[in-house]
Amino acid sequence: MNMIVTPASPATPNGTTRPQVRIVIVGHVDHGKSTLVGRLLHETGSLPEGKLEMLKAVSARRGMPFEWSFLLDALQTERDQGITIDTTQIRFRTNSRDIVLIDAPGHAEFLRNMITGASQADGAVLIIDALEGVRDQTRRHGYLLHLLGVKQVAIVVNKMDRVDFSAARFKEISDEISAHLQGLGVTPTAVIPISARDGDGVAARTDRISWYKGPTVVEALDALEPARPLEALALRLPVQAIYKFDDRRIVAGRIESGSLVAGDEIVIMPAGKIAKIKTVESWPVTPVAGRQGAGRSVGITLDRELFIERGDIIAHAGTAPRETRRLRARIFWLHDKPLAKGDQLLVRCGPKESRATVVVIEKAVDPGELSSSENKAIGRNHVGEIDISLSSPIATDPYTENPRTGRLVIEVSGRIAGGGLVLSVDAGQRAVPVDIVPVESALRPDERSARYRHNGAVVWLTGLPASGKSTLAKALERRLFSNGGSPILLDGDTLRAGLNSDLGFSATDRSENIRRLAEVATHLARNGHIAIVAAVSPAREDRATARRIADTAFREIHVATPAEICEERDPKGHYKKARAGALTSFTGIGNDYEAPQAAELVIDTSTRTVTEAADEIEQMLKTSGVLFDEVVDLAANI
Amino acid sequence: MDHLDQLEAQSIYIFREAFARLKKIALLWSLGKDSNVMIWLARKAFFGKMPFPALHVDTGKKFPEMYRFRDHYGKEWDLDLRVEPCPPIDAVDPTLPPAARSAARKTEGLKMALAKYGFDGLIAGIRRDEEATRAKERVFSPRGLEGNWDVRDQPPEFWDHFNASPPQGAHLRIHPILHWTEADIWAYTKRENIPIIPLYLSQNGKRYRSLGDQDITNPVASNAASIDEILIELEQTKVPERAGRALDHETEDAFERLRVAGYL
Repeated sequence: MNMIVTPASPATPNGTTRPQVRIVIVGHVDHGKSTLVGRLLHETGSLPEGKLEMLKAVSARRGMPFEWSFLLDALQTERDQGITIDTTQIRFRTNSRDIVLIDAPGHAEFLRNMITGASQADGAVLIIDALEGVRDQTRRHGYLLHLLGVKQVAIVVNKMDRVDFSAARFKEISDEISAHLQGLGVTPTAVIPISARDGDGVAARTDRISWYKGPTVVEALDALEPARPLEALALRLPVQAIYKFDDRRIVAGRIESGSLVAGDEIVIMPAGKIAKIKTVESWPVTPVAGRQGAGRSVGITLDRELFIERGDIIAHAGTAPRETRRLRARIFWLHDKPLAKGDQLLVRCGPKESRATVVVIEKAVDPGELSSSENKAIGRNHVGEIDISLSSPIATDPYTENPRTGRLVIEVSGRIAGGGLVLSVDAGQRAVPVDIVPVESALRPDERSARYRHNGAVVWLTGLPASGKSTLAKALERRLFSNGGSPILLDGDTLRAGLNSDLGFSATDRSENIRRLAEVATHLARNGHIAIVAAVSPAREDRATARRIADTAFREIHVATPAEICEERDPKGHYKKARAGALTSFTGIGNDYEAPQAAELVIDTSTRTVTEAADEIEQMLKTSGVLFDEVVDLAANI
Repeated sequence: MDHLDQLEAQSIYIFREAFARLKKIALLWSLGKDSNVMIWLARKAFFGKMPFPALHVDTGKKFPEMYRFRDHYGKEWDLDLRVEPCPPIDAVDPTLPPAARSAARKTEGLKMALAKYGFDGLIAGIRRDEEATRAKERVFSPRGLEGNWDVRDQPPEFWDHFNASPPQGAHLRIHPILHWTEADIWAYTKRENIPIIPLYLSQNGKRYRSLGDQDITNPVASNAASIDEILIELEQTKVPERAGRALDHETEDAFERLRVAGYL
């Protein structure tokens, strides 16, 4: 077997020792971005031969004075309109850095292009016109840099020639923008007075800015640090695909943070299944020995056949991401139609996609305005904080814990419409009084599920009295237990004898009875058990409450035995009493049982044996991700 | 991870996204240095075998060395090679300057191939540093129903999330090596020992920096006879890579007009 060991080496282009840094130049339209870029290229000797002459000739042909910005405005449309439309990447060198310059446009219409450019940057230059000062787009770009995670920002105050190189005017702008950025948690690396057109402050400190003692633009760029892959954080390997091109079943993805090596014990989230990495595959030579770190696109094989799909996240057991159906995010919005509460969207977290609903919108503002008034919806080019409820569980991290996995994009009709940072998972499940601090269990869900071979769940059996709920519940309990699982039976009547002995049968008390049942069951499910609830629970609204409380763990089974058969059985004699009028508010002989319309499973016990019914429940629990099913994964065969 | 490792990892990520999210893709193989690197990266992404066709839209005017290369490595790399012809020159917009008109045949050939196979994604080896309009490209770049590119209305693309849902009947261009430079291509070719067409190396004081059709591609003055020498030359030169491509220099906007119409 051939083995390759890949030595770690510094991230430098062309085998030199020069770090490569990607920068973006942003700011309000007409504050001089393109002029600064043109000037930087010229000052660093980076222009292709003849380019300057060619452009001067073009300007002369058009009867226009030559502008430095023409260098970048390669497109006809741009020269016609005098605005930069899109992101252009240009390379030049400072003394110790290879700079890749992403020229981001400043026109308000094209914010999505600015975001496209800035999202790839290690550092930014925010440019401000000395005469005009800080404008809405300056503030908006500053805010977006913070949202996009660009932390190194140098400020350039341009067109100092238009304010007679006034040190006082420079200080005024410097103070204003520094305060604005510091409010967002961004500290400028430098604030530099320049004239991009004449060259002051770009590569040299001229006499006209003799009062300024800080770095020039080129020196400030020279001090930027390239982004480092996140080796030090916990392992996150989002699964892009599972390949089965030959006899290997390869799980492919890019390590977003941390590192892995063959032999590692891993957990696959959100399901919480455990496995070991058998090999790290590669080409042309395979397998690969040695640790693979953040940033690498890898393929691994596992020591057992598990159902894995695109969007799952592979982590180390004990440092896995949280699984959630609800999260809070701070987002920017780019779509024409404002984002409103109740909107249905598609959310992408890495390769994982999930349909989602906006349940809360807060702090929706235009980041360009000084005194921002809060709105109910997030308009185009505005930002806000939202809670979203996801239709399928995802594994994610708050961005403060992992900047790579803690971010998401939102799609509307197949096109990216916004993006943002995950602030917290499980946001706003319910209001917890401030003096109550829930204590987290010492055990993690994946530790438990590895032992029980199932995830926690609330299996809710609803149906008429004597429909067979308790019989089924007990059969299921026995079966799960004999397979090594941890089932716990919560029978409505049993709980009424103790915990709920204070409750009667009024509509209000019935609702409270169900709420308590759901809370207890959910607590058990969160701790890895399968809580089997057998309760008539006739009101649809009460069952909806139970589903809300248990969230993704909820599996509703409608035991739909026909009413006449239930009455025939009548093991507790309730039907007889009710017919005699001795039992008020008894569900069954009235029309007060509201049958579920979208239960996970419907079972009529008059046409099935108990074993057959238990088989059906078991199958449903397998296909809906509660019980681990070790069958061969057919979906992996491409 | 060194610089080449980073470029490689990013390209592999893009390949895997394209394969996961689109139904029917193909790689445009122009037989040049860039698309050869692309095929290599695809084989890395999929552990040895490229799981989609290599499409060569053939103008019939490539250099003989290029055809020999295609026939030999198409077999050796186990490619699902599809060679598709281009329409005659009379079928192309007569208002374009001569070289651009010649290149536009390829655009038409591409449209015919698209119609024939119904690909929803085409992987192309363009790079941002080659040419100013290519610098404005997205990694996943939607094309209109006519194969045209709307530079003014490109979707946002950030954090390696790509817009991969082209409208019914339209297709996407996918650019896995958009972020590479000419020097990166050569350094990687050398490191991975990827075969090259000898026309790239100097003979009698001339070499090709970029290979297209014979009638619209010219060599540049160079003594670089090995990849190492090419890399040294690129460190020093200020001549743009496509200097030998006639169509880039005919009129100020010829190349952009081609790209808007669907040229690579």
